[in-house]
Amino acid sequence: MSGAQELAASIRSGVQSAVAVADASFGAINERDDEIHAFLHLTKQRAQIQAQAVDDAVANGNDPGPLAGVPIAIKDNMCTRGEPTTCSSKILEGWRPPYDATVIGRLEAAGAVIVGKTNLDEFAMGSSTENSAFGPTRNPHDTTRVPGGSSGGSAAAVAADFVPLSLGSDTGGSIRQPAALCGVVGVKPTYGAVSRYGLIAFASSLDQIGPFAQNVTDAALCFDVISGHDPMDATSIPNPLTPTLPTVNDGVAGMRIGLVDELMGEGIDDDVIARTNQAAEALTAAGATVERVSIPATIYGLAAYYLIAPAEASSNLARFDGVRYGQRVEGQNVAAMNVATRSAGFGDEVKRRIMLGTYALSSGYYDAYYGKAQRVRTLIANEFATAYESFDLLLSPTSPSTAFEIGAKSDPMALYMCDVCTIPSNLAGHPAMSVPFGVGDDGLPVGVQILAPMLEEARMFKAAKALEDAAKGMS
Amino acid sequence: MSGEISRDEVAHVASLARLRLDDNELDTFTEQLCVVLETAANLNSLDLSDVPPMAQPYPLTNVMRPDVLVPSLDRDEVLAQAPDVEDSRFRVPPSLGEAP
Amino acid sequence: MSELPEQGQRVGTLETDNSKTVEGVLPEGWEMVIGLEVHVELATTTKLFCGCANNFGDEPNTNICPTCLGLPGSLPVPNKQAIEFAMTLGRALNCTVLPSIFARKNYFYPDMPKDFQTTQFEEPTNAEGFVQLPNGRSVGIERAHIEEDTGKSTHLGGGGRIHDATATLVDYNRAGVPLVEIVSHPVMHDAETARAYVAELRDILLATGVSDARMEEGSMRVDANVSVRPIGNDELRTRCEVKNINSLRSLGRAINYEARRHVDLWTNGEEPKQETRHWDEDGGRSTSGRSKEDADDYRYFACPDLPPLTPTAEDIAAIDAALPALPAARRSALAAAAGVEIADTTLTVERGLDMLVIGAIQAGADATVAMKHADQNLSDGQGQLTLESFAALVVMEVDGLLSSTQVKTVLGELVANGGAPGDIASSMGFEAMDTTELASLLDGIIATSPDEWARFLEGDRKVQGHFVGQIMKATQGKADGKVVNQLMTQRANQG
Ligand SMILES: [Zn+2]
Repeated sequence: MSGAQELAASIRSGVQSAVAVADASFGAINERDDEIHAFLHLTKQRAQIQAQAVDDAVANGNDPGPLAGVPIAIKDNMCTRGEPTTCSSKILEGWRPPYDATVIGRLEAAGAVIVGKTNLDEFAMGSSTENSAFGPTRNPHDTTRVPGGSSGGSAAAVAADFVPLSLGSDTGGSIRQPAALCGVVGVKPTYGAVSRYGLIAFASSLDQIGPFAQNVTDAALCFDVISGHDPMDATSIPNPLTPTLPTVNDGVAGMRIGLVDELMGEGIDDDVIARTNQAAEALTAAGATVERVSIPATIYGLAAYYLIAPAEASSNLARFDGVRYGQRVEGQNVAAMNVATRSAGFGDEVKRRIMLGTYALSSGYYDAYYGKAQRVRTLIANEFATAYESFDLLLSPTSPSTAFEIGAKSDPMALYMCDVCTIPSNLAGHPAMSVPFGVGDDGLPVGVQILAPMLEEARMFKAAKALEDAAKGMS
Repeated sequence: MSGEISRDEVAHVASLARLRLDDNELDTFTEQLCVVLETAANLNSLDLSDVPPMAQPYPLTNVMRPDVLVPSLDRDEVLAQAPDVEDSRFRVPPSLGEAP
Repeated sequence: MSELPEQGQRVGTLETDNSKTVEGVLPEGWEMVIGLEVHVELATTTKLFCGCANNFGDEPNTNICPTCLGLPGSLPVPNKQAIEFAMTLGRALNCTVLPSIFARKNYFYPDMPKDFQTTQFEEPTNAEGFVQLPNGRSVGIERAHIEEDTGKSTHLGGGGRIHDATATLVDYNRAGVPLVEIVSHPVMHDAETARAYVAELRDILLATGVSDARMEEGSMRVDANVSVRPIGNDELRTRCEVKNINSLRSLGRAINYEARRHVDLWTNGEEPKQETRHWDEDGGRSTSGRSKEDADDYRYFACPDLPPLTPTAEDIAAIDAALPALPAARRSALAAAAGVEIADTTLTVERGLDMLVIGAIQAGADATVAMKHADQNLSDGQGQLTLESFAALVVMEVDGLLSSTQVKTVLGELVANGGAPGDIASSMGFEAMDTTELASLLDGIIATSPDEWARFLEGDRKVQGHFVGQIMKATQGKADGKVVNQLMTQRANQG
């Protein structure tokens, strides 16, 4: 399947029909998704109706939009009206939301065709997509390995060429890390740039929806469609955003780029460090200045994140109580029913984080844990701000390693370490993205991370495109 | 910050969160939560007395909507998703006590 | 927390001395300590965080959306009108309006769709105000914060009693309705003051229009924190929170019952348990509810979905400028205009008749007569009655042009349909009767009732009614009874 931009162009000009493109996407999924397990549910009927509407628009001489007929996969923590939305949790099995997330409406208004809902770590808690109640997703590059997570299904769907685009959500790296492990582009936008309305919350102050794509240009195209103010989300940024697609090819000449010291040492595999250094050289060759920069507070990111995210999650996930929707396990009284429902419905990782967060917020511990972590957040944001006085962008590895074997990381803390490079951007609210850049010693994809100041997605995409071009030259 | 959490505290936290853990789960979770909280303890070395807490990354204020009616959901569509319904209302087992 | 904005002169003064011991309620030497938590539903069109209707009494679960039903993925956006009402109320309660944040209060309950309540905790919208009562005393207010209401549970079986129920049915129409919780300081020492405070709050709510304040419909709900202590002692002893108080009458009864219960416990060497209690109006007693000892740890934290509210000095000035005259100020103005005690103006102000009475007095009406009509004849408000016609009617009455019965009739007509009192009186034939006409009528009746007249002359005043009745019959009620009595006395003296 070609990229999103070419597909949309050929559908808008009548060269291909959207219905045929959707069929091709379903064909590819049918052929290989038994093995990959990127999808939990296919939205065939909805796709059929939308694709037909796109074709009708073209036939009538109307513009079906910039994503005309482009098949897209949606992480299964975004609400789709009348279609299953599970968060990969037994507790939501069978639930069909009575409403669409804002991003769903925006995609369809732009002509995109939603083909299905993708697998994730339960409630987006995890870095491998192994914590799904419906079984793990496998990495298309090596099916004995994880695709990363939590948006592993969306990353794998794009990597396996089932769809040119997908949406994920990123709370601590859940788009960027699987993008790196699957060898695709993954973007975590500025907090507030994309509406969270209809995204089932994990940690509300960290969650952002963003695109996966096979190339940087498609990612920019998709970002421009889904971003922008939404009155349904009080944390949505009201300022108009600069479109990123028009400047994606502008290059990095004259840009000052900082390579983050703290993310280039201990805990990061040598081959990943080597690729990141090569990326720095490529950017220099493209006309940027690259220097090392120290952001000491980033080393506290992991500890702060594993207090803040569980704390917010413990409150966000209270509503899964068996009363109004989803699964219920009966009990003699309402409290017993709540306990039975939640104990049976949530997996271990979700329970672990709910308990951690409940503890971090409980009286007597709030100041020591949650309160302190929020101050660390300020510290990290301040240090980023200082760095951005001297640099236009920052550079680091995305993931400490390439894709690991399914089942290799059974200890929760080892998995938490996967997010060490990605967490600081979530804490600060800044945009960041992962771009594939060569392969590791095991021949599996390596991703490098570009970090940008608030709302500087356009600048970030320029550097990403320059790296993408350089990577093509290498192979 | 001790970086430690006792088995009893884990049990208490589970009950606050409406989760039931058996003895084995209690042991495992206690051990795992201790490890995470030990990592959190490395925040102790930071002097944060002059640093304000950050609740939201983008500093918005006074975000409000006009007091204008928006159509509500179709009741049948909503109730069709409920585990138990009676008389157009959500049915649950009896409550033990009053709300606070 | 930023510096408090300058918020101008407050109305009235804060009197903190409310000490008063009502004879007979508690044994000698004890006093009660009462603090009230009053929940008020705001009179917005839509709910606090979504566009669903804020309506009482609709079909169950018809005013629900993803947000107020707590569906996964939904988000709250504050209702501007609700925030403005809350600030208006704060200023009407002499509070300082502050920058505020919404917090989550986490606990599980089926009528709470998200299993947390969005409320304000450490940084409420309104802090430290007071309410001045008609008796001149004041009740200090700690805070008045914004929060969302819960849904409504119906307990099946067990006669509706929660402990014996077999199941609970939940309707979420009320979930997310905007509330302000007004928390008083524990500064009241008798039930009467507590009732006066709640009555005053209700009048303030109605005057500002921020709530319809109906206790019986639950749009105003009062919980009483009650404790007792030996007089002369400043300590705060264990308190109980009494809920389910549905009227002002219940409030007084519940407080007195609870205080008496506490004194009995203390004097028996026992200690009341800190708990929530349920007022049983029929049984006239409170029963134990949830114990506060195992109170949940609510794990409050700032709601990450809701940015802070930061009203500016201009916002607050605009709210102050739009505040209507409040009951305390209106009572003072009426008392001054009518030359009466403030306590005697309460009813008139409550009925919203103070401007009518003051206007009529200024237009020349007699203050006592105008106040009498406001108290006795205008219980349903002034209707179509204008200030000018009210003043003219009072003048006619004082001048003796109409009988008091006729004044009442004309007043009723003015309230119902408006008009000029003179025109209405003549259209009803209420012109004062000529006394010579009455005198000749009387002569005629004396002629046909010689026995009765003889008895009257002998001093039997009981027969007076016979003559008045006959004349009323003959004049179709147009005669003034007082004039007839005078004529009879004159005639008797003439012999
Ligand atoms: Zn609603």
